[in-house]
Amino acid sequence: MISSQAYGDNGKMKEYHYSGPVEHKFSPYAFNGGTVLAVAGEDFALVASDTRLSEGYSIHSRDSPKCYKLTDTTVIGCSGFHGDCLTLTKIIEARLKMYKHSNNKSMTSGAIAAMLSTILYGRRFFPYYVYNIIGGLDEEGRGAVYSFDPVGSYQRDSYKAGGSASAMLQPLLDNQIGFKNMENVEQLPLTLEKAVQLVKDVFISAAERDVYTGDALKICIITKEGIREELVPLRKD
Amino acid sequence: MALSCVLEPALSGFNFENSTRNNVLENGSEEGKIKAPKPMKTGTTIAGVVYKDGVVLGADTRATSDEVVADKMCAKIHYIAPNIYCCGAGTAADTEKTTDMLSSNLTIFSLNSGRNPRVVMAVNILQDMLFRYRGMIGANLILGGVDCTGSHLYTVGPYGSMDKVPYLAMGSGNLAAMGILEDRFKVNMDLEEAKALVSDAIHAGIMSDLGSGNNIDLCVITKEGVDYIRPHRESPYNYKRQAKYKYKPGTTPVLSKTVTQLELELVHETVQKMETGSS
Repeated sequence: MISSQAYGDNGKMKEYHYSGPVEHKFSPYAFNGGTVLAVAGEDFALVASDTRLSEGYSIHSRDSPKCYKLTDTTVIGCSGFHGDCLTLTKIIEARLKMYKHSNNKSMTSGAIAAMLSTILYGRRFFPYYVYNIIGGLDEEGRGAVYSFDPVGSYQRDSYKAGGSASAMLQPLLDNQIGFKNMENVEQLPLTLEKAVQLVKDVFISAAERDVYTGDALKICIITKEGIREELVPLRKD
Repeated sequence: MALSCVLEPALSGFNFENSTRNNVLENGSEEGKIKAPKPMKTGTTIAGVVYKDGVVLGADTRATSDEVVADKMCAKIHYIAPNIYCCGAGTAADTEKTTDMLSSNLTIFSLNSGRNPRVVMAVNILQDMLFRYRGMIGANLILGGVDCTGSHLYTVGPYGSMDKVPYLAMGSGNLAAMGILEDRFKVNMDLEEAKALVSDAIHAGIMSDLGSGNNIDLCVITKEGVDYIRPHRESPYNYKRQAKYKYKPGTTPVLSKTVTQLELELVHETVQKMETGSS
């Protein structure tokens, strides 16, 4: 049986002879899917992620959450290339320990964000393929969300979605939390219960339409009492 | 007086007029590379099994466009003839149109000869057409049917390859489905066993493959007739949203309004009475 590789682009059979050295492309990156979301409220912050790890059309793991606890008041969500996510979180944790030993106090959310920006830009010419979102409480106890791009540009937001389904989630958050594109609507401040319910609904919708999002949803709720975790099942297909 | 434009009759076959332009757009100058829009693929799991009295075909119902689910309830088991059905994987448009054309051809044959079409005829027509198009039609098909010579299951590939088999799976989820089929297939199974086997094979594809999902459709073809079960098994994942996301009228801001009156001239008026039941 003659396979398709024997035919060139013009439809004729490829001639079989040595045509010189051929460059084989090796990509150091892979895309492992996953979606992360962070919301900041008056006195709380939420970081949520799905737990599916995929590659191509296959699933590597149904139980690989993308939120990593950094301190008692800060959680980071990392999605993109899983190898770089693991290395980056290891580096951040080491730097946190070094800071604690030198300065005798934990890093604040703002300080962690600034440090992460420097770490990411240090690899400007071979970037960490990771979309980061930090969620936590700032020094005054108010919720803070910092969103990053792969090379370290960051800003403080009140809500941000990142990862494979970010384009589906961000407009919905803009509308429901930011009250954009709406008139004559009562702009109530966001409570913790409403924020958790919104995050659950939004991930259920993302799992319907994005193939890389699903299996389960892990929500880390950060308040001054500490960090609480909730696990919600999502579509497994 | 010559017309400034002449209507050209459509040529048959593929139209390659835009291929030079597309090439320039895709590989153009460094700033201006434009990617061509990708056709919707079905990223599928389809399977078929021959059993004691006929053929069972199965398919999932998800159609994907790259990583987004385009259709959650698409029908992948297509009608070819009253006794022949076809599952299609690959480019969605190609499988639809190819099976439609095949169905039309076989209907014309039936009317001309007064006979039911045979599965081997459908396979030959498909194979001939796909080979002629040199693989440009991306259709991976599983054909199953029952005719006067018995029950048959065939697969036809996009380059025109053909295979006659007792059980088969195709599509991106075919490895997972084939695992189940290889484990539990027996010759001359009965109906319930065959339906359970195909359903489990598609289910394995749905759970392991990201391109397949949602519900499972089955089609049972016997000498007596066809049982198209859509859906055979619905997806158990129907997580409902907790809040209602409805918008009251007046939520969208109206910035400005312009009313244009249409100038209508009453030319001719007739009244036609309808015959109602009560008279």
